[in-house]
Amino acid sequence: MISIFANPHRFMALSRWLAPVCLIAGVALIAWSVWQGLWVVPKDDYQGGDIMRAMFIHVPSAWLAMGSYLGLALASFVWFIWRHELADMAAKSIAPLGAGYTAMCLATGSIWGKPTWGTWWLWDDARMMSVLVMFFLFLGYMALRAAMDTRQKAAKAGAILAMVGAVNVPLIKFSVDIWASLHQGASVIRMDGPAMPAVYLTPLLIGALGHMIFFAALTLTLMRAEVWQRRADVILARKLAGG
Amino acid sequence: MNTPAPLRAAFRQAITEAWASGAGALLPIGFFAGAAMLVPFTVGTDAAQLAAIGTGVLWVALALASLVSMERLFQADLEDGTLDLWAQEETPLFLVAATKILAHWLVSGLPLVLLTPLIGLTLQLPADALLPAMLAYGLGGLAFFLWGGVAGALAASVPRGGLLIALLALPLFIPTAIFGGLAAQPDGETSNLLFLAASTLFALGVAPFAASAALRLAVD
Repeated sequence: MISIFANPHRFMALSRWLAPVCLIAGVALIAWSVWQGLWVVPKDDYQGGDIMRAMFIHVPSAWLAMGSYLGLALASFVWFIWRHELADMAAKSIAPLGAGYTAMCLATGSIWGKPTWGTWWLWDDARMMSVLVMFFLFLGYMALRAAMDTRQKAAKAGAILAMVGAVNVPLIKFSVDIWASLHQGASVIRMDGPAMPAVYLTPLLIGALGHMIFFAALTLTLMRAEVWQRRADVILARKLAGG
Repeated sequence: MNTPAPLRAAFRQAITEAWASGAGALLPIGFFAGAAMLVPFTVGTDAAQLAAIGTGVLWVALALASLVSMERLFQADLEDGTLDLWAQEETPLFLVAATKILAHWLVSGLPLVLLTPLIGLTLQLPADALLPAMLAYGLGGLAFFLWGGVAGALAASVPRGGLLIALLALPLFIPTAIFGGLAAQPDGETSNLLFLAASTLFALGVAPFAASAALRLAVD
């Protein structure tokens, strides 16, 4: 299964149409959920009135932030064990996107928090802390890759760091959970089914799906750019060698 | 049982490096004391206020002082070729990495822990709680050195990698900082100390392997 996608030629042939299709589908779904969220659904006064509409960006970006770190760790693991170059390209491409979604999660959370909790930032909230730590893990990952002088070294150093970070995530999560929490409890993923009314839940889930597909489209595009970059490097090297 | 030669060499090297080239082992101590000394100047001299933040100040200073010497920890071995030889030895590289980090902690980390009661006194912390808190600082400092060692190994081939090491290591310090901050409080609960010890043990189990993988990358 992996070996089918690990072939760069097959990857380029597949992603050539998959990336734009994902991009269009993702943007369409996000646009629908934002339209629903901003104009259609009624406001919820318990969650601070109109400002709760930030949820339709905030919650998907929180999920994407977590998912992208998981993706980074998985891609790093696959590269570290099987040395599939595409896995490294995926890891390299996911990092800036994940950092972006993490930053978006923090920013929209702050904007939502100011009117409802009365403060831009709280240090005693477990989830905010976890997302902030994740943001720094992404930054460290990108800085480490940028500091390495060869592509192979960047791949290996990045993979080690991503895996060390990933095994630390449960510990970090547990330690910040010790903090008392002012944050509302999780209200979508619960044992007894979602606590959120369907009028909010449907646009939220559609929006999350849209962000996921959009994320995939951007990752594929960055990976394609990386493949082209490497091909260009080879052509340049041949030219320099007089070939 | 005979200790393998690379381990003895790594231990000896970490000890001698600490006193070579301008007394390197004194630098973290100076940094630690200096960083803590700056605090009363910035937050004011009110005794109650200092006592409230003193434990946290010590932890921050300890975390930062742990990073000061990490840049050279493996870089010197890479430059003089010792690392290449270690990578070819029969002795597992993770044991060499662990030995080097622990020996480095012994000369650069333990002195900081011994200094905490003194600096704690100047920060108006209750005197009778300072000696028990040293256990927490010792455990936490060890975890800082282990994660710092991983970052140092990853950045061993990066020139001027000091700031990179800080960016890589600081997120990994968070569990230690949280449990340590709770455990070193004058009225801290025992469970926090146990959590701190557990997170240090976790670092002890993970960091040597990660550091040795990173060192292999540096010698490639």
